Amino acid sequence: MSLLETRGLTRSFGGLTAVDKVDFAVEPGEIRAVIGPNGAGKTTFVNLISGRIAPQTGRILFAGEDITALPAFRRVRKGIAYTFQITSIFGNLPVHENVALAARAGKGNATECLTRVGLETRSGQVAGTLAYGHQRLLEVAMGLALKPRLLILDEPTQGLSDGEIAGFVKLVRAIASETTVLLIEHNMPVVMELAERITVMHRGSVLAEGTPAAIRADPQVQSVYLGTA
Amino acid sequence: MKGDGARIALLHGAVLALLFLAQFVAGDYVQLSLTRIMVLAIYAMGYNLLYGYTGLLSLGHAMFFATGLYVAAIGTTRIGLGVPEVFLLAIAIGALVSLAIGGLALRASGVAFMIVTLMFSQAAFLTILYFGEYTRGDEGIVIADSIRRFGFLGMTVDLASATLRYNLALALLAIAMGVCLAIVRSPLGHVLIAIRENESRATMLGYDVTRYKLFAVVVSGTLSATAGAAYALMFAYAGSTLASIQYSIHPLLWTLLGGAATVLGPLAGTAVMYAVVDIASGFTTANLLAVGVVLILLVLFFRKGLLGTVRQRWLPWLP
Ligand SMILES: Nc1ncnc2c1ncn2[C@@H]1O[C@H](COP(=O)(O)OP(=O)(O)OP(=O)(O)O)[C@@H](O)[C@H]1O
Ligand SMILES: [Mg+2]
Repeated sequence: MSLLETRGLTRSFGGLTAVDKVDFAVEPGEIRAVIGPNGAGKTTFVNLISGRIAPQTGRILFAGEDITALPAFRRVRKGIAYTFQITSIFGNLPVHENVALAARAGKGNATECLTRVGLETRSGQVAGTLAYGHQRLLEVAMGLALKPRLLILDEPTQGLSDGEIAGFVKLVRAIASETTVLLIEHNMPVVMELAERITVMHRGSVLAEGTPAAIRADPQVQSVYLGTA
Repeated sequence: MKGDGARIALLHGAVLALLFLAQFVAGDYVQLSLTRIMVLAIYAMGYNLLYGYTGLLSLGHAMFFATGLYVAAIGTTRIGLGVPEVFLLAIAIGALVSLAIGGLALRASGVAFMIVTLMFSQAAFLTILYFGEYTRGDEGIVIADSIRRFGFLGMTVDLASATLRYNLALALLAIAMGVCLAIVRSPLGHVLIAIRENESRATMLGYDVTRYKLFAVVVSGTLSATAGAAYALMFAYAGSTLASIQYSIHPLLWTLLGGAATVLGPLAGTAVMYAVVDIASGFTTANLLAVGVVLILLVLFFRKGLLGTVRQRWLPWLP
């Protein structure tokens, strides 16, 4: 059984159909990347999965259970953790408190999660004063502290330095050994290195899906995405 | 964390101890003023739980204060209930009213929440005027001294006694302070703060944000109603002015002045504002001017209020 499945998932804003009848499945344990040009509908798609917005039609199944009608917080409790594309932390609270809030909700261990992302020495610092790259790591630590079955990362490497990206890739790989990862990413080297399968979105629909090698070789994908990236 | 607990207990205990000792040096007038300040500070503390800690700005808290006020006044004068019974009844009805109002108002957020609470409160105010036959409108209900003298656990209690009133107000303040401290220092209180800081993040950590907010409205409203009931019983009066918009703004100002999201802030803010208005009315009838000056000073020099500034500069552990 797939861990996550969507069937005919659709969401439009006014006249624009941001996500258009998407059928999609993620298997337990995999690292799945979703790529696509700006405005392809990737963030809208994961917002539908996490419950931050409601679909107009279609269904979402998580571990076989229909979660389409569940509010976002219940989906989190079922094991879907979401890190925002635009950094979203408790900027006025200490680093440790950020993770502790997640850990109490998800029964994880705050200190352990901070150590895993390498922020243990900054636990007393006010989160908003962290460097940008560290704030993104803090978000990942919060995601881990939820002990999720599916961790959704929306463009986690956006705005990071090359060195930080290398560290990030290692971290995601380590995380993937215990949880399923759905990664939205623009950075192609990162995608190629991490993903076992790639889903390409274009104008709200799934354009192609396959292994990194197959996606790289797909002429349609090249024309809409790789060629312009 | 453990060290913090001791410091916090010490500081808040010291404030209560000072208030206890104040009755032995204060004259009649100051004692009465302090009694009023303590009762009103309970109202402000309730307000602060919702506004300061949870980040929900209500413009209608007078309806909760008035709920306690009128349950106490009507319950004793019209229905013939005893003071202890009516006090408990006022707290229970205050909880129910805040549960109902919270359930409705929390469908809105941000500015809409402010407006909805304001509208409910205005409706409550107009209802009080409409049923003037029972509430006696802005003339108000006076609770006779004979009602305020009653037997309780074998003792005779007389709420007209200034000393007794003072110590009752202090006891209620201590309880309210204990409730606030317990909540804001608990995991639950941390979630309220998280909601204030970043609501969508709190949701995406799996917290049922609406239920936490409802909890905050209920505790806040219940403390306000408790203060209202105590006010009516101790000062023998309930009038519609105490249910007006002005009384919804007061706890906001007291909280801002004393320091939002500090447990002692509302007490400090209520005391300072009370003193300012009191002193100013000795010189001028325009005591709102004094309030205005205080607010300007606040905005210019103490953005975070008195205790908020103390916390920022000197005592980071202040809850
Ligand atoms: N709340 C909204 N209201 C109106 N339009 C929206 C809303 N959210 C997204 N859109 C539109 O839907 C389309 C898809 O947006 P989305 O953010 O999902 O794309 P994306 O693939 O994540 O893009 P990016 O790579 O830039 O993050 C865009 O045209 C966007 O303008
Ligand atoms: Mg996006």
